[in-house]
Amino acid sequence: MEYLAYGAFFLTVAMTYSIICLGLNVQWGQTGLFNVGVAAFVGVGAYTSALLTTPETAERVGGFGLPIAVGWIGAALVSAAVSFLVGALTIRMRADYLAITTFGIAIALQLCFQNLEPLTGGVFGVGFIPRAFAGVQGDAILFNLLNLALAGALVLAIYLLLEHLMRAPWGRVLRAVREDETAAQSLGKNPTALRLQAFVLGGGIMGLAGGVQAHFVGFIAPANYLPMMTFQVWAMLIVGGSGNNRGAILGAVLVWAIWALSGSLISEVFPADQQARAASLQIVIIGVMLCLILLWRPQGLLPERASVSKHLGNRHDT
Amino acid sequence: MSALTVTGFKAGYDPDLPIVKGVSFAVDTGEAIAVLGPNGAGKSTLIKAIAGQVACLGGRVMLGGDDITGLRSHDLARRGLGFVPQTDNIFTGLTIRENLQIASELVAKPQRASRIEQMFEMFPDLKSRPSELAGALSGGQRQMLAAARALLTDPPVLMLDEPSAGLSPKLVAQVFETLRRIHASGVTLILVEQNVRAALSLASRALVLVDGELAHEGPTDDLHDGDRLGRLFLGRRAGATAG
Amino acid sequence: MNPQAIIDGLIAGSTIGLGAIGLTLTYSILRFANFTHGDFLAWGAYLTLTVSGFLGGLLAGLGAGAPLAPFSFGWGLPVALPAGVAVTILLTLGLDRVLFGQLRQRGADAIIIVMASFGASMALRSLLEFIYSSEPQYFTRELQIAQKIGLGMRATPDQLLTIAMTALLVVLLHIVVTRTPTGRAMRAVSENPSLAGVYGVDVDHVIRVTWIIGAGLACVAGVMSGLLVQIRPYMGFDLLLPLFAAAILGGIGSIPGAMIGGLIIGLAEAFTVQLIGAEWRAAVAFVVLVLVLLVRPAGLFGRAA
Repeated sequence: MEYLAYGAFFLTVAMTYSIICLGLNVQWGQTGLFNVGVAAFVGVGAYTSALLTTPETAERVGGFGLPIAVGWIGAALVSAAVSFLVGALTIRMRADYLAITTFGIAIALQLCFQNLEPLTGGVFGVGFIPRAFAGVQGDAILFNLLNLALAGALVLAIYLLLEHLMRAPWGRVLRAVREDETAAQSLGKNPTALRLQAFVLGGGIMGLAGGVQAHFVGFIAPANYLPMMTFQVWAMLIVGGSGNNRGAILGAVLVWAIWALSGSLISEVFPADQQARAASLQIVIIGVMLCLILLWRPQGLLPERASVSKHLGNRHDT
Repeated sequence: MSALTVTGFKAGYDPDLPIVKGVSFAVDTGEAIAVLGPNGAGKSTLIKAIAGQVACLGGRVMLGGDDITGLRSHDLARRGLGFVPQTDNIFTGLTIRENLQIASELVAKPQRASRIEQMFEMFPDLKSRPSELAGALSGGQRQMLAAARALLTDPPVLMLDEPSAGLSPKLVAQVFETLRRIHASGVTLILVEQNVRAALSLASRALVLVDGELAHEGPTDDLHDGDRLGRLFLGRRAGATAG
Repeated sequence: MNPQAIIDGLIAGSTIGLGAIGLTLTYSILRFANFTHGDFLAWGAYLTLTVSGFLGGLLAGLGAGAPLAPFSFGWGLPVALPAGVAVTILLTLGLDRVLFGQLRQRGADAIIIVMASFGASMALRSLLEFIYSSEPQYFTRELQIAQKIGLGMRATPDQLLTIAMTALLVVLLHIVVTRTPTGRAMRAVSENPSLAGVYGVDVDHVIRVTWIIGAGLACVAGVMSGLLVQIRPYMGFDLLLPLFAAAILGGIGSIPGAMIGGLIIGLAEAFTVQLIGAEWRAAVAFVVLVLVLLVRPAGLFGRAA
């Protein structure tokens, strides 16, 4: 029975990562935008939702004690707004300026999480974030299963929404812009606006995921939103298959499993005083895996259905 | 002996979709040949691939007695196969002299300075402001610099991709006058051209490329009749669809 | 306002500038934003530390660790530095061979190479943490007293040495790039690699030279930062955003631009620490980056794209 509770817990976390991954897939897989600040957009969502839903606290602004659903909507909106600002600044420029700027905003927002104590609680973060199904919290199995059902339903809903969007004219034009900007432009499409829309949509989904995660765990702190997270999510999407929404979900579950297993393996193998150090090996493994996949199977486990993206480099450039 | 021999040559950007689909020809030393054909026939791809700028997907290229198939651009330049691309054929962010200096690295050290001076003598337009950025040159002057750069190393074979592109008729005449001088000095020329009239005024033999294949090869005397060339440009395609 | 911020800014800016030069060169010649560049600084510092520790143990009798007055370090460090530079160069050339070069050859888009560099940077940094642990390390335990250098400013001899060394390296490099055939070839490849091949330039050779210069300067910058502050696995990561901001502020591909950009970031950080507070220091580079992108995306010395 313990395993069932743990299994449900594990899968719920994997589902929240799946949501982040689906958001990243809109930005990268469908549009070719490289976001190196995923953790920051997730973090903004988490803090927004926490601020909106926690009961009023003396030492912080708020909280406003609103329902969880309102927190989630707020999370998505605020994160989308931040995405809009970053995107509006850089999306017209060469592709790697967006990467550098998102990397920068992740660092800047990390500092805000740490230093804007009246809003974020500083390094200690925010606790007592209301959990869904808090009434049955005493029953670990039921509580975890209900949360899993909720997270799973959210993943399914977002998956269906994105599949629908990608089949709709908007998604088709988006891919056209990615594959051949000049051609799309000559058809009267505005590539910049489309890219910006996709970036904002992806950012909003990441923010929502942040909200969902915060309410599942019940506690957030700046250390949850380090570049490590960005890196994990990237590994998930690349492993699963960029451009493919099912690949994004599969990759999230798989990489999260590798992460959890390698973590417990390290705690078995290394003595207690060496574990912090050995944990860095986990990151090495994921980093090397990311590079190997880019080298050997750039399309990931589940390739994009239409055609292998030209970004992956199967053509000979002049 | 022929200066350049191409056999069964295939080239393109995608291994599954060659643009040049098995072309064979030979160019004699001292000859000037024109590569003609309708838009999209693969003329530019052909010489870019010979010059190492586009992937060679099959066949063989011999420069004199050496097999140069699949060598990279800088190796080809070193071996004496000169190439002038159609556009972006000079470094606009470097000075005129620096453009020539880079090319002069292929020449034995003692001769470098004198070769650069010789090029300035040959192209007096470039001589007046050698320290100016090449980006400040006019279209015709850029073609001159591109030609000077290619000639500086004294290549036995020189390939040019549409030297007349984008130039006014007056400048086209000027460029071709220069090419004639180059040819007269003994350089073997291979010329890809859309401007058939200009090309025929210089070349003694022509290859007509249609749909990536050689549709015709012969002396240019036969081709001055515009109708004949028009039929050649179209004929192979019509034949291909019928067959 | 305290004039001390000026000298503090110049000292920090020297390290940032040296690192940014390598970054701007790889950016303009290899055409991708290299996220591993910060980690080259950290690896350079650790590799040099290892060599100098080795020398210190081996040649303890010769006093490799005893301070060379007026500096805080012994002769082991200057002797170890070239070895550290050499190993850092090998590291980058190796990484190019197994990773970046492979992707380049396949004709992968620049952004895929950026992503690979992002993955490699995580792996490299964590590998440092595994090998050396996250405990900070030092080249020397000697304490140095800052001395008056006029205009109300103070600096230690070590700090003045790093400024002088930076100035020397930048001038040397500027001469190489503007006056020598190798420098011409580098500028040619940065403008148009395929045309450079037509001109007879061996592009692969130029790429190797670029890595060598970038890695060498990264190692020196890492050692400087390690000498003046401390050596940590995350030191390169923490410098990465300032490096990018300096390179973009200076204009991608411009060596003087990267150096001036580095000094400006260093000064802005020093004044921020003084006027607002040390906890916001890391945000300065981001603010500068956003301002540059808003006002002049091509940078101070960049050519408009």
